[in-house]
Amino acid sequence: MLEHQVALVTGASRGIGRAIALELADKGAAVAVNYAGSEAKAQEVVEEIEANGGKAIKIQADVSKEADVKDMVKQTIEAFGRLDILVNNAGIAKDNLLMRMKEEEFDQVIDTNLKGVFLTTKAVTRQMMKQKSGRIINIASIVGVSGNPGQANYVAAKAGVIGMTKSNAKELATRNILVNAVAPGFITTDMTDELSEEQREEMLKMIPLNRLGEAKDIANVVRFLASEDSSYMTGQTIHVDGGMVM
Amino acid sequence: MADTFDRVKQIIVDRLDVEESKVTMEASFKDDLEADSLDVVELVMELEDEFDTEIADEEAEKINTVGDAVNYINSIQ
Repeated sequence: MLEHQVALVTGASRGIGRAIALELADKGAAVAVNYAGSEAKAQEVVEEIEANGGKAIKIQADVSKEADVKDMVKQTIEAFGRLDILVNNAGIAKDNLLMRMKEEEFDQVIDTNLKGVFLTTKAVTRQMMKQKSGRIINIASIVGVSGNPGQANYVAAKAGVIGMTKSNAKELATRNILVNAVAPGFITTDMTDELSEEQREEMLKMIPLNRLGEAKDIANVVRFLASEDSSYMTGQTIHVDGGMVM
Repeated sequence: MADTFDRVKQIIVDRLDVEESKVTMEASFKDDLEADSLDVVELVMELEDEFDTEIADEEAEKINTVGDAVNYINSIQ
């Protein structure tokens, strides 16, 4: 399905990013596995892809730093010769009530989750314009649509990503570069594992499908957006949230 | 000089699909050669490749005519 294509997935050492990297590799893409700090975890992803007969490399980069991002894109193209798919997945959370949120907590989340998407998109566009094709898939969040108390920084960044997705989609459409976003709802990750039974119950009340999602649910939609099957879609945000926000 | 102009002209003719006679030093990319902003960005990218150089964004923004491009390239060669 994605044979001879090259994907760069940011924040791919764990959770949703990891599932996306594995899924794209499984469908034939060579994958650059970006990580910020978890080198050992990124190496595991690379080894798992290679064990299944795929191609992968790991690349350390902080997506909020332009020099890091440029270097990451350069390394990907040097290793695999092209770049077809960018998945902007890297993200951090620093939740706090508005009244308690520190300026640096706001800035850090915006820098990684919003500016990071701008920097990576800018850096890959040159190569994609040359190739006259490309897919950029931004992992937003359903709270970027609905809002969420305690997450002013995170929600602002994710809503920003959804807006940027539309702008970039319009700007790059004539070059056959398609830009879409996926907005995950509550997905089982390290983060949700820490929730109490009570919190979990509360959460499920909001989800018509009455269960948390799996990282694989997101990876499946990303695979669709990376494939020919979605070639008439751009600027869209797909909610993958069990029906939480309609 | 002539050499730079010819090389730049060839890229413009290929990229914008315009007649060679329209590509003069005075020709404006947007007004005379019907390029949009993104076309100009792409042209600059191709010029970077052709002349093996990097054109900073601030410099690229000043390139409005064919002459601007030729003169800039000559100034750094």
